[in-house]
Amino acid sequence: MRTTRRTNTPMTDSHPTPADGTRPPRTHPRPDATGLYAHLVVTRPAFGLDITLTAAPGEVVALLGPNGAGKTTALRALAGLTPLTAGHLRLDGTELDRTPPESRPVGVVFQDYLLFPHLTALDNVAFGPRCQGATKTEARAEAAAWLDRMGLAEHAGVKPRRLSGGQAQRVALARALATRPRLLLLDEPLAALDARTRLDVRSRLRRHLAEFEAVAVLVTHDPLDAMVLADRLTVIEDGRVVQEGTPADIARRPRTDYIAHLVGLNLYRGRADGHTVELAAGPAITTTEDLTGDVFVAFAPSAVTLFRDRPTGASARNLWRCEVAGLETHGDQIRADLTGEIALAADLTTVAAAELDLHPGAPVWATVKATQTHAYPA
Amino acid sequence: MTKTDESGAVTGTLTGGPRRRRFRPAVPLPLLLPGAVALAFLLLPLVALLVRAPWSSLPSLLTDTQVWQALRLSLICATAATGVSLVLGVPLAWLLARTKFPGRGFVRALVTLPLVLPPVVGGVALLLALGRNGVAGQWLDAWFGITLPFTTAGVVVAESFVAMPFLVISVEGTLRAADPRYEEAATTLGASRFTAFRRVTLPLIAPGIAAGAVLAWARALGEFGATITFAGNFPGRTQTMPLAVYLALQNDPDAAIALSLVLLTVSIAVLAALRDRWMTAS
Repeated sequence: MRTTRRTNTPMTDSHPTPADGTRPPRTHPRPDATGLYAHLVVTRPAFGLDITLTAAPGEVVALLGPNGAGKTTALRALAGLTPLTAGHLRLDGTELDRTPPESRPVGVVFQDYLLFPHLTALDNVAFGPRCQGATKTEARAEAAAWLDRMGLAEHAGVKPRRLSGGQAQRVALARALATRPRLLLLDEPLAALDARTRLDVRSRLRRHLAEFEAVAVLVTHDPLDAMVLADRLTVIEDGRVVQEGTPADIARRPRTDYIAHLVGLNLYRGRADGHTVELAAGPAITTTEDLTGDVFVAFAPSAVTLFRDRPTGASARNLWRCEVAGLETHGDQIRADLTGEIALAADLTTVAAAELDLHPGAPVWATVKATQTHAYPA
Repeated sequence: MTKTDESGAVTGTLTGGPRRRRFRPAVPLPLLLPGAVALAFLLLPLVALLVRAPWSSLPSLLTDTQVWQALRLSLICATAATGVSLVLGVPLAWLLARTKFPGRGFVRALVTLPLVLPPVVGGVALLLALGRNGVAGQWLDAWFGITLPFTTAGVVVAESFVAMPFLVISVEGTLRAADPRYEEAATTLGASRFTAFRRVTLPLIAPGIAAGAVLAWARALGEFGATITFAGNFPGRTQTMPLAVYLALQNDPDAAIALSLVLLTVSIAVLAALRDRWMTAS
């Protein structure tokens, strides 16, 4: 990964596709095209961020990662609130890394919204258009239209402290969109809401993001928010991208323990030779895929079957002797964390758990059918 | 919670009430006595002022033109000094709170220096700086024909010098307590840093600015040392209330008391204006 600052290429052009259909030679994936092309490097004494982020107009990209992974730093760097140490930031063919935040075509919805408490909802939304040179009347008319679109017309004259969490979130979104940004940034857009309003706000937000024609980047630590709202996920850990892909791809083929935990899968890494994967530490897993070399193997906790005694004549070739390390309720199921030959999570019904007399320290046999596992190259 | 717990809790509160009253901690004498003396010490002079006030001759004393002149001058100069402090002090407070530059801590210390500097020394320093032959004053005189010492403008300068630090410190504290991310939110909406300050920060810290302005105004109104040193004591031109009180005390003590009562009334009014802020702070 390059860490040096990129110099301006001479071919910078706001019209990406010339009339004859030919394009100048490129050294980067579509650096002159519309959309976002960013290599964000922010170095601090105790922390380093170094990620590449690309998105086409109309695309919603979620930055997903644990707390302290650098998501918010990445967002602040995109908005211009945190300067880049190196790298570059290009939006619709324009280099932005030296542009101050007020001159960037970027809108931000902050985690706690940061609505100006002394202004009404209408004047909060009108703030951006005013700064862009609209007269007071024009700005207010535009703001009123945005609030109307958000279904908040009757709350226009209300101060932010009198708005509910969901309403405040919509005002914040309207305020960011009213500047007509080419890049919309959302920092944990649903984190400040309680579980009930979240559901409603999430589906509304999804609709508004679908209508938004430019690039949207969303930061979240909640996999559900990311998967519902985004077209593409970029998972970052410790300031580095660990996996990118569609929500479905990431849910099916996690590449780190963090993602596997998020999507609720057991994940192992090992060396495959045909249908057998030798784990680095532990037994082998039999899979249906025929692979060689470094692979990941994933299977769902619900694919695991537990026995108190060693099953006789079991068809499953993946049979391991384990011990219950812990139990917790997981929806209407019981999730058992097992240690022993292999560490894994298994889901079973409350009845099954009672019949097996599961308790921490209890010895069990665990099996997984090869057809229930999924192996893919590392 | 079980039923026994509940009943236990109920009996607990029933027995707890009288017991709490019986064991109300006594105030220790070593604290009570000095505290009471301190209170008496602070209140006695004010009481004395009220007791000895020439109530019957008060109307005639207060309608004297000299008194009105001094009071008018005091109010005008204190208000002007507050205005100067606001126009110059609020930006300085913002610089101290929101920007980083080498030696910022040292600059902050310098700003607070007039708070602890004896006002007379301040007056002398102002003479050396802005006097007719002063470091900067000689240029003011030569280029613009402006002379500050011993003029009404000089009174404003002296009062501003003493009062501005109160405003700067007060506003800077409010700015530090205010969330700087509102300014960031404003810049992402296309506001320049100055627009963000004017349209977002300023309204948010308005209560702090008002409190600082009242403090500065009160300090300017009572200013004596720097004023008499830098601006002199010319009735109608530089003789403010405190100067008039001091002068009257030599020839006409009753007039001095009357003037003092006026200033006391103003002080109480200031206190009342600030009460809400101090009540919420405690």
